[in-house]
Amino acid sequence: MYQGKARVCGSSNTENIRMNDSQIIWNGKRYKDDEISWQSPVTGTVYGTIFNFKEQLDAMNSKFKQEPYQAEPNRPILYVKPRNTINAHLHEVQLPSDVKEVQINATLGIVIGRNATNISEQEALNYVEGYTVVNDVTVPHDNFYRPNIKNKVRDGFCPVGPWIMEKREVPNPEQLMVWTFINDELVQVQNLNDLVRPIPKLLADVTEFMTLFKGDMLLVGVPHNPPTATAGDTVRIEIDQIGCLENTFVADVGGGRL
Amino acid sequence: MKQARVACFGGIHDAWEVEGKLQLRDGRIVDSDAVIWLPPVEAGTIFALGLNYADHASEISFKAPDEPLVFIKGPNSLLGHNGQTRRPSGVETMHYECELAVIIGKEARNIKQAEAYEYVAGYTVANDYAIRDYLENYYRPNLAVKNRDTLTPIGPYVVDKESIPNPMNLFLRTYVNGELKQEGSTKDMVFDIPYLIEYLSSFMTLHENDVILTGTPKGTVNVREGDEVVTEIEGIGALRNTIVGDHVFNR
Repeated sequence: MYQGKARVCGSSNTENIRMNDSQIIWNGKRYKDDEISWQSPVTGTVYGTIFNFKEQLDAMNSKFKQEPYQAEPNRPILYVKPRNTINAHLHEVQLPSDVKEVQINATLGIVIGRNATNISEQEALNYVEGYTVVNDVTVPHDNFYRPNIKNKVRDGFCPVGPWIMEKREVPNPEQLMVWTFINDELVQVQNLNDLVRPIPKLLADVTEFMTLFKGDMLLVGVPHNPPTATAGDTVRIEIDQIGCLENTFVADVGGGRL
Repeated sequence: MKQARVACFGGIHDAWEVEGKLQLRDGRIVDSDAVIWLPPVEAGTIFALGLNYADHASEISFKAPDEPLVFIKGPNSLLGHNGQTRRPSGVETMHYECELAVIIGKEARNIKQAEAYEYVAGYTVANDYAIRDYLENYYRPNLAVKNRDTLTPIGPYVVDKESIPNPMNLFLRTYVNGELKQEGSTKDMVFDIPYLIEYLSSFMTLHENDVILTGTPKGTVNVREGDEVVTEIEGIGALRNTIVGDHVFNR
Protein backbone atom coordinates (compact mmCIF):
# COMPACT_ATOMS: atom_id res chain seq x y z
CA MET A 1 0.00 0.00 0.00
CA TYR A 2 1.05 3.60 -0.63
CA GLN A 3 0.64 6.50 1.76
CA GLY A 4 -1.17 9.64 0.70
CA LYS A 5 -3.40 12.51 1.77
CA ALA A 6 -6.89 13.27 0.54
CA ARG A 7 -9.96 15.31 1.28
CA VAL A 8 -13.06 13.16 1.20
CA CYS A 9 -16.77 13.58 1.91
CA GLY A 10 -16.80 17.20 3.01
CA SER A 11 -13.75 17.21 5.26
CA SER A 12 -12.03 20.59 5.36
CA ASN A 13 -8.56 19.20 6.09
CA THR A 14 -6.64 16.51 4.31
CA GLU A 15 -6.62 13.10 5.95
CA ASN A 16 -4.23 10.20 5.68
CA ILE A 17 -5.23 7.44 3.32
CA ARG A 18 -3.53 4.30 2.05
CA MET A 19 -4.15 2.93 -1.39
CA ASN A 20 -3.13 0.43 -4.03
CA ASP A 21 -4.39 -0.31 -7.53
CA SER A 22 -7.76 -1.62 -6.41
CA GLN A 23 -8.73 -0.02 -3.13
CA ILE A 24 -8.39 2.90 -0.75
CA ILE A 25 -8.20 2.59 3.02
CA TRP A 26 -9.56 5.59 4.89
CA ASN A 27 -10.40 5.67 8.57
CA GLY A 28 -9.88 1.90 8.85
CA LYS A 29 -12.37 1.02 6.11
CA ARG A 30 -11.85 -0.15 2.55
CA TYR A 31 -13.35 1.70 -0.41
CA LYS A 32 -13.31 1.51 -4.15
CA ASP A 33 -12.31 4.67 -6.03
CA ASP A 34 -15.85 5.59 -7.05
CA GLU A 35 -17.30 5.03 -3.58
CA ILE A 36 -15.56 8.13 -2.29
CA SER A 37 -16.78 11.70 -2.79
CA TRP A 38 -13.42 13.25 -3.66
CA GLN A 39 -12.53 16.86 -3.12
CA SER A 40 -9.36 18.58 -4.24
CA PRO A 41 -6.56 17.59 -1.85
CA VAL A 42 -4.99 21.01 -2.47
CA THR A 43 -6.52 24.15 -0.95
CA GLY A 44 -3.67 26.67 -1.24
CA THR A 45 -2.77 28.88 -4.17
CA VAL A 46 -2.13 27.04 -7.44
CA TYR A 47 0.58 28.38 -9.76
CA GLY A 48 1.11 27.04 -13.27
CA THR A 49 4.34 27.22 -15.29
CA ILE A 50 4.67 27.58 -19.05
CA PHE A 51 7.60 26.73 -21.30
CA ASN A 52 8.95 24.14 -18.89
CA PHE A 53 8.84 21.18 -21.24
CA LYS A 54 11.70 21.24 -23.73
CA GLU A 55 9.47 20.11 -26.56
CA GLN A 56 7.23 23.16 -26.06
CA LEU A 57 10.22 25.48 -25.67
CA ASP A 58 11.88 24.13 -28.83
CA ALA A 59 8.66 24.48 -30.81
CA MET A 60 8.39 28.15 -29.78
CA ASN A 61 12.05 28.87 -30.39
CA SER A 62 11.65 30.56 -33.77
CA LYS A 63 8.95 32.87 -32.36
CA PHE A 64 10.82 34.01 -29.27
CA LYS A 65 13.01 36.47 -31.15
CA GLN A 66 10.06 38.00 -33.01
CA GLU A 67 7.40 40.51 -31.99
CA PRO A 68 5.84 40.73 -29.53
CA TYR A 69 8.19 38.51 -27.52
CA GLN A 70 11.59 39.89 -28.59
CA ALA A 71 13.61 37.60 -26.33
CA GLU A 72 13.58 34.12 -24.91
CA PRO A 73 11.93 33.67 -21.53
CA ASN A 74 14.42 34.06 -18.71
CA ARG A 75 12.75 33.52 -15.32
CA PRO A 76 9.99 30.96 -14.86
CA ILE A 77 6.81 32.25 -16.49
CA LEU A 78 3.94 31.59 -14.11
CA TYR A 79 0.19 32.09 -13.88
CA VAL A 80 -2.42 31.55 -11.19
CA LYS A 81 -5.28 29.06 -11.31
CA PRO A 82 -7.62 30.83 -8.85
CA ARG A 83 -9.75 29.08 -6.26
CA ASN A 84 -12.94 29.03 -8.35
CA THR A 85 -11.17 26.77 -10.86
CA ILE A 86 -10.33 24.02 -8.39
CA ASN A 87 -12.17 20.80 -9.18
CA ALA A 88 -11.84 17.19 -8.07
CA HIS A 89 -11.56 13.61 -9.24
CA LEU A 90 -14.75 12.16 -10.75
CA HIS A 91 -16.50 15.55 -10.72
CA GLU A 92 -17.83 17.10 -13.92
CA VAL A 93 -16.12 19.94 -15.71
CA GLN A 94 -18.69 22.31 -17.17
CA LEU A 95 -17.92 23.94 -20.49
CA PRO A 96 -19.41 27.45 -20.58
CA SER A 97 -21.67 28.23 -23.53
CA ASP A 98 -18.96 30.28 -25.29
CA VAL A 99 -16.41 27.44 -25.09
CA LYS A 100 -16.80 24.53 -27.48
CA GLU A 101 -13.51 22.74 -26.83
CA VAL A 102 -10.71 22.93 -24.30
CA GLN A 103 -7.09 21.89 -24.10
CA ILE A 104 -6.30 19.07 -21.71
CA ASN A 105 -3.04 20.11 -20.09
CA ALA A 106 -2.05 17.04 -18.14
CA THR A 107 0.66 17.77 -15.62
CA LEU A 108 2.30 17.02 -12.32
CA GLY A 109 1.49 19.20 -9.32
CA ILE A 110 4.16 19.73 -6.68
CA VAL A 111 2.42 20.21 -3.33
CA ILE A 112 4.37 22.37 -0.89
CA GLY A 113 4.86 21.00 2.62
CA ARG A 114 6.67 23.89 4.36
CA ASN A 115 6.75 27.62 3.68
CA ALA A 116 9.49 28.07 1.09
CA THR A 117 11.30 31.40 0.57
CA ASN A 118 14.50 31.70 -1.45
CA ILE A 119 15.40 28.03 -1.07
CA SER A 120 18.34 26.38 -2.78
CA GLU A 121 18.15 23.59 -5.33
CA GLN A 122 19.93 21.27 -2.91
CA GLU A 123 17.33 21.67 -0.15
CA ALA A 124 14.28 22.16 -2.40
CA LEU A 125 12.78 18.70 -1.99
CA ASN A 126 12.71 19.17 1.79
CA TYR A 127 9.88 21.64 1.15
CA VAL A 128 7.76 19.22 -0.88
CA GLU A 129 4.85 17.39 0.72
CA GLY A 130 4.09 15.21 -2.26
CA TYR A 131 2.72 15.10 -5.78
CA THR A 132 -0.65 14.98 -7.43
CA VAL A 133 -2.22 14.85 -10.89
CA VAL A 134 -3.58 18.07 -12.40
CA ASN A 135 -5.52 18.94 -15.52
CA ASP A 136 -4.96 22.61 -16.34
CA VAL A 137 -8.05 22.94 -18.54
CA THR A 138 -7.51 25.83 -20.92
CA VAL A 139 -9.40 27.53 -23.72
CA PRO A 140 -7.12 27.17 -26.78
CA HIS A 141 -5.12 30.31 -27.56
CA ASP A 142 -1.77 30.93 -29.20
CA ASN A 143 -0.82 34.31 -27.78
CA PHE A 144 1.51 34.14 -24.79
CA TYR A 145 2.14 37.89 -24.61
CA ARG A 146 -0.82 38.94 -22.51
CA PRO A 147 -3.31 36.10 -22.71
CA ASN A 148 -6.77 36.87 -21.42
CA ILE A 149 -7.31 35.23 -18.02
CA LYS A 150 -10.62 33.94 -19.43
CA ASN A 151 -8.60 31.15 -21.04
CA LYS A 152 -7.53 29.72 -17.69
CA VAL A 153 -9.93 30.81 -14.94
CA ARG A 154 -13.36 29.38 -15.68
CA ASP A 155 -15.14 27.67 -12.79
CA GLY A 156 -13.98 24.09 -12.40
CA PHE A 157 -11.12 24.37 -14.92
CA CYS A 158 -8.51 22.82 -12.65
CA PRO A 159 -9.23 19.23 -11.65
CA VAL A 160 -6.74 18.03 -9.00
CA GLY A 161 -6.30 14.64 -7.39
CA PRO A 162 -7.47 12.19 -6.41
CA TRP A 163 -4.89 12.50 -3.64
CA ILE A 164 -1.48 13.81 -2.72
CA MET A 165 1.00 10.96 -3.01
CA GLU A 166 3.56 11.44 -0.28
CA LYS A 167 7.01 12.36 -1.48
CA ARG A 168 8.69 9.29 0.02
CA GLU A 169 6.57 7.09 -2.28
CA VAL A 170 7.91 8.89 -5.35
CA PRO A 171 11.71 8.87 -5.20
CA ASN A 172 12.25 9.91 -8.84
CA PRO A 173 9.34 11.98 -10.13
CA GLU A 174 11.31 13.07 -13.19
CA GLN A 175 11.43 9.49 -14.44
CA LEU A 176 7.65 9.18 -14.59
CA MET A 177 5.30 9.35 -17.54
CA VAL A 178 2.02 11.26 -17.84
CA TRP A 179 -0.61 9.39 -19.84
CA THR A 180 -3.71 11.17 -21.15
CA PHE A 181 -6.73 9.20 -22.30
CA ILE A 182 -9.87 10.65 -23.86
CA ASN A 183 -12.77 8.20 -23.91
CA ASP A 184 -10.28 5.43 -23.10
CA GLU A 185 -8.08 6.22 -26.10
CA LEU A 186 -4.47 7.13 -25.33
CA VAL A 187 -3.98 10.59 -26.87
CA GLN A 188 -0.80 11.92 -25.29
CA VAL A 189 2.25 10.68 -23.45
CA GLN A 190 4.50 13.17 -21.71
CA ASN A 191 7.79 12.21 -20.17
CA LEU A 192 8.63 14.16 -17.01
CA ASN A 193 12.34 13.87 -17.84
CA ASP A 194 11.76 16.56 -20.48
CA LEU A 195 11.64 19.44 -17.98
CA VAL A 196 13.63 22.58 -18.81
CA ARG A 197 13.91 23.28 -15.08
CA PRO A 198 13.83 20.05 -13.09
CA ILE A 199 11.73 20.20 -9.92
CA PRO A 200 14.47 21.40 -7.50
CA LYS A 201 15.64 24.08 -9.95
CA LEU A 202 12.06 25.23 -10.59
CA LEU A 203 11.36 25.53 -6.86
CA ALA A 204 14.59 27.46 -6.29
CA ASP A 205 13.98 29.89 -9.18
CA VAL A 206 10.35 30.54 -8.19
CA THR A 207 10.97 30.99 -4.46
CA GLU A 208 13.82 33.38 -5.25
CA PHE A 209 11.12 36.02 -5.75
CA MET A 210 7.93 34.63 -4.22
CA THR A 211 7.16 32.50 -1.20
CA LEU A 212 5.35 29.24 -1.77
CA PHE A 213 3.33 28.51 1.37
CA LYS A 214 2.55 25.14 2.89
CA GLY A 215 -0.43 23.84 0.95
CA ASP A 216 0.31 25.78 -2.24
CA MET A 217 0.89 23.88 -5.46
CA LEU A 218 3.23 24.54 -8.37
CA LEU A 219 2.54 22.81 -11.70
CA VAL A 220 5.72 21.66 -13.43
CA GLY A 221 4.63 22.76 -16.90
CA VAL A 222 2.10 22.24 -19.64
CA PRO A 223 2.81 19.82 -22.48
CA HIS A 224 3.35 20.82 -26.09
CA ASN A 225 0.35 20.38 -28.41
CA PRO A 226 -2.15 19.26 -25.78
CA PRO A 227 -5.17 17.27 -26.95
CA THR A 228 -8.61 18.87 -26.86
CA ALA A 229 -11.85 17.66 -25.34
CA THR A 230 -15.44 18.68 -25.74
CA ALA A 231 -18.77 18.08 -24.00
CA GLY A 232 -19.43 14.38 -23.55
CA ASP A 233 -15.77 13.39 -23.33
CA THR A 234 -14.28 11.59 -20.37
CA VAL A 235 -10.66 12.49 -19.71
CA ARG A 236 -8.35 10.31 -17.64
CA ILE A 237 -4.85 11.38 -16.72
CA GLU A 238 -2.51 8.85 -15.18
CA ILE A 239 0.89 9.54 -13.75
CA ASP A 240 2.95 6.50 -12.86
CA GLN A 241 3.22 6.00 -9.08
CA ILE A 242 1.05 9.07 -8.38
CA GLY A 243 -2.54 8.39 -9.37
CA CYS A 244 -5.27 8.62 -11.93
CA LEU A 245 -7.50 11.69 -12.32
CA GLU A 246 -10.75 11.28 -14.24
CA ASN A 247 -13.33 13.90 -15.22
CA THR A 248 -16.24 14.06 -17.61
CA PHE A 249 -16.82 17.25 -19.57
CA VAL A 250 -20.38 18.49 -19.92
CA ALA A 251 -22.05 21.51 -21.50
CA ASP A 252 -23.11 24.15 -18.99
CA VAL A 253 -26.87 24.25 -19.23
CA GLY A 254 -27.63 26.71 -16.47
CA GLY A 255 -25.64 29.87 -17.15
CA GLY A 256 -23.82 29.92 -13.84
CA ARG A 257 -24.06 28.38 -10.44
CA LEU A 258 -26.35 30.84 -8.71
CA MET B 1 -16.86 51.85 9.68
CA LYS B 2 -13.15 51.12 9.29
CA GLN B 3 -11.94 47.61 10.04
CA ALA B 4 -8.35 46.42 10.35
CA ARG B 5 -6.40 43.33 11.29
CA VAL B 6 -3.56 44.02 13.68
CA ALA B 7 -1.07 42.22 15.90
CA CYS B 8 -0.71 43.45 19.50
CA PHE B 9 -0.75 42.14 23.07
CA GLY B 10 0.64 38.83 21.81
CA GLY B 11 -2.18 38.06 19.40
CA ILE B 12 -3.81 38.84 16.07
CA HIS B 13 -7.01 40.85 16.29
CA ASP B 14 -9.81 42.37 14.27
CA ALA B 15 -9.92 46.05 15.16
CA TRP B 16 -12.08 49.07 14.39
CA GLU B 17 -11.19 52.72 14.29
CA VAL B 18 -12.74 54.61 17.20
CA GLU B 19 -11.89 58.29 17.68
CA GLY B 20 -8.44 57.98 16.14
CA LYS B 21 -7.56 54.83 18.07
CA LEU B 22 -8.22 51.16 17.51
CA GLN B 23 -10.71 49.09 19.44
CA LEU B 24 -10.19 45.34 19.41
CA ARG B 25 -13.03 42.83 19.26
CA ASP B 26 -12.39 42.06 22.94
CA GLY B 27 -12.98 45.70 23.91
CA ARG B 28 -9.40 46.83 24.48
CA ILE B 29 -8.38 50.17 23.01
CA VAL B 30 -4.91 50.66 21.62
CA ASP B 31 -3.00 53.47 19.90
CA SER B 32 -2.72 52.95 16.16
CA ASP B 33 1.07 53.36 16.31
CA ALA B 34 1.37 50.62 18.94
CA VAL B 35 0.23 47.79 16.66
CA ILE B 36 1.62 45.85 13.73
CA TRP B 37 -0.77 46.33 10.83
CA LEU B 38 -1.62 43.25 8.79
CA PRO B 39 -3.40 43.21 5.44
CA PRO B 40 -6.97 44.10 6.46
CA VAL B 41 -8.48 41.22 4.52
CA GLU B 42 -7.46 37.57 4.25
CA ALA B 43 -7.60 37.76 0.50
CA GLY B 44 -8.94 35.04 -1.76
CA THR B 45 -8.31 35.62 -5.45
CA ILE B 46 -6.49 38.90 -6.06
CA PHE B 47 -7.23 40.52 -9.41
CA ALA B 48 -5.22 43.45 -10.68
CA LEU B 49 -5.94 45.74 -13.60
CA GLY B 50 -3.37 46.89 -16.08
CA LEU B 51 -3.75 50.22 -17.88
CA ASN B 52 -7.10 51.07 -16.33
CA TYR B 53 -6.51 54.83 -16.38
CA ALA B 54 -6.09 56.27 -19.86
CA ASP B 55 -3.50 58.81 -18.69
CA HIS B 56 -1.26 56.10 -17.16
CA ALA B 57 -1.61 53.96 -20.29
CA SER B 58 -0.25 56.79 -22.44
CA GLU B 59 2.49 57.43 -19.86
CA ILE B 60 3.93 53.95 -20.39
CA SER B 61 3.18 54.08 -24.12
CA PHE B 62 0.10 51.95 -24.44
CA LYS B 63 -3.28 52.89 -25.69
CA ALA B 64 -6.17 52.19 -23.35
CA PRO B 65 -7.52 48.66 -23.87
CA ASP B 66 -10.91 47.67 -25.32
CA GLU B 67 -11.40 44.99 -22.69
CA PRO B 68 -10.10 44.99 -19.09
CA LEU B 69 -6.51 43.74 -18.84
CA VAL B 70 -6.67 41.52 -15.79
CA PHE B 71 -3.92 39.56 -14.13
CA ILE B 72 -3.98 37.54 -10.92
CA LYS B 73 -1.63 37.79 -7.96
CA GLY B 74 -0.87 35.49 -5.06
CA PRO B 75 -1.30 36.25 -1.34
CA ASN B 76 2.49 36.13 -0.85
CA SER B 77 2.73 39.63 -2.30
CA LEU B 78 0.53 41.28 0.35
CA LEU B 79 1.84 43.40 3.19
CA GLY B 80 0.15 45.60 5.81
CA HIS B 81 0.36 49.31 6.57
CA ASN B 82 3.77 50.57 7.78
CA GLY B 83 5.52 47.58 6.21
CA GLN B 84 8.83 47.22 4.41
CA THR B 85 9.05 46.44 0.72
CA ARG B 86 12.22 44.94 -0.71
CA ARG B 87 13.98 46.60 -3.61
CA PRO B 88 16.49 44.06 -4.93
CA SER B 89 19.96 45.42 -5.52
CA GLY B 90 20.83 46.25 -9.10
CA VAL B 91 17.27 47.14 -10.00
CA GLU B 92 16.85 50.30 -12.08
CA THR B 93 13.09 50.90 -12.22
CA MET B 94 10.71 50.22 -9.39
CA HIS B 95 7.54 52.25 -9.22
CA TYR B 96 4.56 52.47 -6.89
CA GLU B 97 0.96 52.30 -8.10
CA CYS B 98 -1.73 53.81 -5.88
CA GLU B 99 -4.90 51.80 -6.44
CA LEU B 100 -8.41 51.56 -5.07
CA ALA B 101 -8.95 47.99 -3.88
CA VAL B 102 -12.49 46.59 -3.96
CA ILE B 103 -13.31 43.81 -1.49
CA ILE B 104 -15.99 41.39 -2.67
CA GLY B 105 -18.63 40.67 -0.01
CA LYS B 106 -20.41 37.57 -1.26
CA GLU B 107 -20.48 34.98 -4.02
CA ALA B 108 -21.11 36.61 -7.38
CA ARG B 109 -21.82 35.02 -10.76
CA ASN B 110 -23.35 36.68 -13.84
CA ILE B 111 -23.93 39.96 -12.03
CA LYS B 112 -25.17 42.98 -13.97
CA GLN B 113 -23.68 46.44 -13.48
CA ALA B 114 -26.88 47.78 -11.92
CA GLU B 115 -26.64 45.33 -9.00
CA ALA B 116 -22.84 45.14 -8.78
CA TYR B 117 -22.45 47.18 -5.57
CA GLU B 118 -24.61 44.65 -3.71
CA TYR B 119 -21.62 42.33 -4.01
CA VAL B 120 -19.06 44.78 -2.62
CA ALA B 121 -18.13 44.64 1.07
CA GLY B 122 -15.88 47.67 1.12
CA TYR B 123 -12.71 49.35 -0.07
CA THR B 124 -9.13 49.77 0.90
CA VAL B 125 -5.92 51.23 -0.53
CA ALA B 126 -3.29 49.16 -2.31
CA ASN B 127 0.13 50.03 -3.60
CA ASP B 128 0.71 47.61 -6.46
CA TYR B 129 4.47 48.11 -6.91
CA ALA B 130 6.13 46.92 -10.11
CA ILE B 131 9.78 46.21 -10.82
CA ARG B 132 10.07 46.78 -14.51
CA ASP B 133 13.58 45.35 -14.82
CA TYR B 134 12.00 41.90 -14.57
CA LEU B 135 9.46 42.50 -17.33
CA GLU B 136 9.34 39.75 -19.93
CA ASN B 137 6.93 39.61 -22.83
CA TYR B 138 5.15 36.48 -21.66
CA TYR B 139 1.98 36.46 -19.56
CA ARG B 140 2.50 40.18 -18.99
CA PRO B 141 2.90 41.51 -16.48
CA ASN B 142 4.78 38.36 -15.50
CA LEU B 143 4.75 37.41 -11.83
CA ALA B 144 8.42 38.29 -11.35
CA VAL B 145 7.44 41.94 -11.95
CA LYS B 146 4.30 42.05 -9.82
CA ASN B 147 4.03 39.08 -7.50
CA ARG B 148 7.22 39.31 -5.49
CA ASP B 149 7.03 38.99 -1.73
CA THR B 150 6.27 42.35 -0.03
CA LEU B 151 5.41 44.05 -3.32
CA THR B 152 1.75 44.80 -2.59
CA PRO B 153 1.08 46.82 0.57
CA ILE B 154 -2.65 47.00 1.32
CA GLY B 155 -4.65 48.79 3.99
CA PRO B 156 -4.67 50.27 6.58
CA TYR B 157 -8.40 49.56 6.85
CA VAL B 158 -11.28 48.15 4.92
CA VAL B 159 -13.87 50.91 4.82
CA ASP B 160 -17.38 49.52 4.46
CA LYS B 161 -19.17 50.46 1.26
CA GLU B 162 -21.93 52.34 3.10
CA SER B 163 -19.32 54.91 4.15
CA ILE B 164 -18.33 55.56 0.52
CA PRO B 165 -21.45 56.53 -1.42
CA ASN B 166 -19.56 57.17 -4.67
CA PRO B 167 -16.28 55.28 -5.03
CA MET B 168 -16.03 56.48 -8.62
CA ASN B 169 -15.16 60.04 -7.61
CA LEU B 170 -12.27 59.85 -5.15
CA PHE B 171 -8.87 61.52 -5.27
CA LEU B 172 -5.81 59.27 -5.29
CA ARG B 173 -2.47 60.71 -4.23
CA THR B 174 1.00 59.30 -3.73
CA TYR B 175 3.66 61.03 -1.67
CA VAL B 176 7.32 60.03 -1.75
CA ASN B 177 9.20 61.35 1.30
CA GLY B 178 6.34 63.76 1.86
CA GLU B 179 6.36 65.17 -1.66
CA LEU B 180 3.25 64.77 -3.84
CA LYS B 181 4.23 62.69 -6.90
CA GLN B 182 1.02 61.14 -8.21
CA GLU B 183 -2.47 62.55 -8.36
CA GLY B 184 -5.61 61.32 -10.03
CA SER B 185 -9.25 60.52 -9.55
CA THR B 186 -11.13 57.24 -9.67
CA LYS B 187 -13.57 58.96 -12.03
CA ASP B 188 -10.94 58.53 -14.75
CA MET B 189 -10.95 54.74 -14.67
CA VAL B 190 -11.41 53.21 -18.12
CA PHE B 191 -13.52 50.37 -16.68
CA ASP B 192 -15.35 51.31 -13.48
CA ILE B 193 -16.20 49.07 -10.53
CA PRO B 194 -19.66 47.94 -11.74
CA TYR B 195 -18.19 47.17 -15.16
CA LEU B 196 -15.36 45.11 -13.66
CA ILE B 197 -17.72 43.09 -11.45
CA GLU B 198 -20.03 42.38 -14.37
CA TYR B 199 -17.05 41.51 -16.56
CA LEU B 200 -15.29 39.14 -14.13
CA SER B 201 -18.48 37.48 -12.90
CA SER B 202 -19.57 36.87 -16.51
CA PHE B 203 -16.97 34.11 -16.85
CA MET B 204 -16.08 33.08 -13.30
CA THR B 205 -17.51 32.99 -9.80
CA LEU B 206 -16.26 35.65 -7.41
CA HIS B 207 -16.16 34.83 -3.71
CA GLU B 208 -16.19 36.73 -0.43
CA ASN B 209 -12.81 38.40 0.21
CA ASP B 210 -11.72 38.30 -3.40
CA VAL B 211 -9.98 41.60 -4.09
CA ILE B 212 -9.92 43.74 -7.23
CA LEU B 213 -7.04 46.21 -7.56
CA THR B 214 -8.50 48.68 -10.02
CA GLY B 215 -5.41 50.20 -11.62
CA THR B 216 -3.39 53.38 -11.20
CA PRO B 217 -3.44 56.88 -12.76
CA LYS B 218 -0.42 58.62 -14.24
CA GLY B 219 2.46 59.85 -12.14
CA THR B 220 4.45 56.74 -11.39
CA VAL B 221 8.11 57.47 -10.74
CA ASN B 222 11.09 55.45 -9.65
CA VAL B 223 11.54 54.91 -5.91
CA ARG B 224 14.72 54.00 -4.05
CA GLU B 225 15.92 52.34 -0.92
CA GLY B 226 15.03 54.43 2.12
CA ASP B 227 12.06 56.15 0.47
CA GLU B 228 8.84 56.46 2.40
CA VAL B 229 5.89 56.01 0.07
CA VAL B 230 2.37 56.97 1.14
CA THR B 231 -0.52 56.05 -1.13
CA GLU B 232 -3.73 57.78 -0.14
CA ILE B 233 -7.31 57.64 -1.34
CA GLU B 234 -9.88 60.20 -0.28
CA GLY B 235 -12.17 58.81 2.43
CA ILE B 236 -10.44 55.41 2.47
CA GLY B 237 -7.07 55.97 4.09
CA ALA B 238 -3.35 56.59 3.75
CA LEU B 239 -1.12 53.55 3.38
CA ARG B 240 2.50 54.01 4.39
CA ASN B 241 5.38 51.86 3.20
CA THR B 242 9.16 52.00 3.32
CA ILE B 243 11.54 50.74 0.62
CA VAL B 244 14.42 48.68 2.00
CA GLY B 245 17.43 47.04 0.40
CA ASP B 246 18.64 43.49 0.15
CA HIS B 247 20.85 43.81 3.22
CA VAL B 248 17.73 43.99 5.43
CA PHE B 249 16.84 40.54 4.08
CA ASN B 250 20.40 39.24 4.42
CA ARG B 251 20.54 38.78 0.67
